[in-house]
Amino acid sequence: MTTFLSVVVLLPIAALVWTSGKHGWHEFWSVVSAPESVAALELTLGAAVIVSGLNAALGTITAWVLVRDDFVGKSLMNAVIDLPFALPTIVGGLTLLALYGPSSPLGIDIAFTRTAIVLALMFETLPFVVRTVQPVLLELDREAEEAARSLGAGEARVFRSIVLPNILPGILSGVALAFARAVGEIGSIVLISGNLPFKTEVAAVFVFNHIQSGDQNGASAVAVVMLVIAFLLLLAIGGLRYLTTRHERNA
Amino acid sequence: MSATRRFGLRGIAALYLVAVLLGPLAMVFYRAFAHGLHPLWSSLSDPNTVHAFELTLVITAIAVPVNTLFGIVCALAIVRRRFPGAGIVNAIVDLPLALSPVVVGLMLFLLYGRTGWFGSFFQAHGIQILFATPSLVIATVFVSLPFVAREVVPTLRELGDEQEQAAHTLGASGWQAFWRVTLPSIRWAVVYGVVLTTARCLGEYGAVAVVSGHIEGKTETATLRVQDYYENFNQAGSYGIAIVLAAISVVVLLVMTLLRPKESA
Repeated sequence: MTTFLSVVVLLPIAALVWTSGKHGWHEFWSVVSAPESVAALELTLGAAVIVSGLNAALGTITAWVLVRDDFVGKSLMNAVIDLPFALPTIVGGLTLLALYGPSSPLGIDIAFTRTAIVLALMFETLPFVVRTVQPVLLELDREAEEAARSLGAGEARVFRSIVLPNILPGILSGVALAFARAVGEIGSIVLISGNLPFKTEVAAVFVFNHIQSGDQNGASAVAVVMLVIAFLLLLAIGGLRYLTTRHERNA
Repeated sequence: MSATRRFGLRGIAALYLVAVLLGPLAMVFYRAFAHGLHPLWSSLSDPNTVHAFELTLVITAIAVPVNTLFGIVCALAIVRRRFPGAGIVNAIVDLPLALSPVVVGLMLFLLYGRTGWFGSFFQAHGIQILFATPSLVIATVFVSLPFVAREVVPTLRELGDEQEQAAHTLGASGWQAFWRVTLPSIRWAVVYGVVLTTARCLGEYGAVAVVSGHIEGKTETATLRVQDYYENFNQAGSYGIAIVLAAISVVVLLVMTLLRPKESA
């Protein structure tokens, strides 16, 4: 098992880190801080932040509706949430292009804009927050909420002081997963963004384009930055998991 | 909760799903059939398209069993054997979830490319890895690595090892205990993981795009074919393959939905 893991995962990582570092720290830094790399990384991180925020709000609302509300079609709504996990990313991008592209029946054409990137990332990351908040909401003891209400707390106060503290770790780990996904995404973006350097070229597309043009140094340097971001997010998710299961372990 | 607020939240959730997810998906189906069945069928029956689907299936047929086996072994090691470095193994298994598939593709490029670490070795032995099926398989195995392990680990944790201990006390060998006791209890988690792995393998784009070389009829997978058609202004073809892939996803989704309650039971 360890051998398999080493060959399949560790060896490739070693090759990447070695390639990006073989000309020294100085060269690595000058490649990463080149204007096109910086533009791609800034765009990617900016879009990931926006998408994470939207996910935190809309994902929590959706999870809330799925747990606390009851209406015809709820189980269908619950089932389609996972669709972005099942759908190939390139198909996801194509579906957005079909509705919000040049021949949009709604007259909304956002192809080749940064809005398109945000939309594509929203599509791909839709399930994360819903699926991390939903189980916590289901298990949440509602007596505390009832007690707060009987003591005169309004709905907003109940949510802020009782529900939110309980679901916050869930929201945060969902956001971290969505953020990680958003930083690395290419499939759903590649058709709809136009991939214009300095404008709509995200980090993953930057890496792809620079491999294609034979610039291994540029591709590797930005890829290492993405690798570090992925590791940091995994650490954060691990930390959150540790915090949320603390009670169970102590029991 | 007041009725207005409830309807408001319900409306936001519904609008969100329709605008981001269901609306676009419906449009793809409409577009695929918009020019009638003829162009759709001729693109789908094109030999290169058929080959692309076959290639995707071959890759999936290799990657899924490999990762199922690895996932089970890995989960058993993480949960049952508290070996030093279990935390690190756990983190490495999760890495493909957080890492860009393009970065995965680049790593393989750097290993197996002409100037890569092993490039010259394989070239000297006449084995083509990059821009050929082997690299497509390796890339797909990498990106779909975590799913089975991720599903099995929590189930194993919850299960505890009392039953396995009992089997051992009654004289069962490690292998017997696994087949008779452990595997039946984790089978739904394994199946769920396999479904997720399969979906990921069929839909992989980023890593495969880097290592494929996009050779029509040779190294082009179904997802790459979608892009190829789209960029060559064959919309019917591109939407056609997309709906075939989308139909597979819907089946996957159905299986996922059917399995979930069993898992919690």
